[in-house]
Amino acid sequence: MGPLIVNNFITQNTNLLLAFFIGIGFGWVLESSGFSSSRKLAGVFYGYDAVVLKVFFTAAITAMLGLLFFSLFGWIDLDYVYVNPTYINSAIWGGVIMGAGFIMGGFCPGTSFCAASIGKIDALVFIGGLFIGVVVFAEGYPLWEALYKKNFIGFPKISQSLGLSDGILALGVILAAIGMFWIAEWAEKKFPQPEY
Amino acid sequence: MEKKKNKYINPYIGGVLLGLVLLAANFASGRGLGASGAVKSAVVTAAQSIAPKHTENAPFYKDYFKSHTEGGDQKSSPMKSWLVFEMLGLLVGGFLSGAIAGRLKLKVEHSPRITSKRRLLFALMGGALFGFGSQLGRGCTSGSALSGMAVLSLGGFITMAAIFGTAFALAYFFRKNWIQ
Repeated sequence: MGPLIVNNFITQNTNLLLAFFIGIGFGWVLESSGFSSSRKLAGVFYGYDAVVLKVFFTAAITAMLGLLFFSLFGWIDLDYVYVNPTYINSAIWGGVIMGAGFIMGGFCPGTSFCAASIGKIDALVFIGGLFIGVVVFAEGYPLWEALYKKNFIGFPKISQSLGLSDGILALGVILAAIGMFWIAEWAEKKFPQPEY
Repeated sequence: MEKKKNKYINPYIGGVLLGLVLLAANFASGRGLGASGAVKSAVVTAAQSIAPKHTENAPFYKDYFKSHTEGGDQKSSPMKSWLVFEMLGLLVGGFLSGAIAGRLKLKVEHSPRITSKRRLLFALMGGALFGFGSQLGRGCTSGSALSGMAVLSLGGFITMAAIFGTAFALAYFFRKNWIQ
């Protein structure tokens, strides 16, 4: 039966209404987990607060397992779920530039809007920066269009690329995450920093 | 101190809840969460109204409109998009959570070791890099890394590793901004 929009259980406008409600849930969880504070977000890179790593990987695992089980039960047809395309060069370079932006600005786009919603002025300025970055990309597009479109390899799943079943891959991600959670808990005790 | 720390929900519970929100998005709409796409919609809309001639000719906008048309008809406005509505919801959800927890406050949050001005300067530069990188990488931490990982996208895993790897690698150089 799922995805509901693809199988015409809901209309386009209902889909947009649901997007709004899903957004409320998204913003609520981010804010109540502490993602409205750049101090907490940057903490993962110095070890004093690993909330980003814990929330991010728990969420990825939950959704990954949820989709696999929904598919197993016949509740969702994964062929109609959007899988991000893979352009190897731009995936790496885009990620590298975003990583630099993350450690300098202390937010990512979603968390900056979340922080701005509770009055963080640094987040508002970060959002101003986002607009500048997108405009620069758009206006200078011919300069990086080649890099943007280089090495397109379709819409592969990492499980296919590694020759594993989706379930085994998910198990591997879960084990890796548990290892990282263990390190995160240790790091928070080892590298404490005062609150501000 | 301990009380202050406990104001936020347990991160593992927060992660499960976020995962369920992401699952709901996939189940209802067949797509993941996102954030930077809404900024792009706003930029395209602004460019369209300020310089309509320019958006007809510049390759970025031409590519954008080409990938956002259905059966030869251009979809209504770039603002009538899933991500724009989701981001409006995000602002409401974040505000409600902050209001209930008593965290609504206009302030520049920064380490006592640096000035507000320095914090804002770095926020602006970081935002600009993130905005640019999210276009090059076809999505940010939400759209590419998190949502991509949930559907096991190879590109999602690559982008996730590149974002976190780079931030870790550069953390030493920006330590003054964050730690004592």
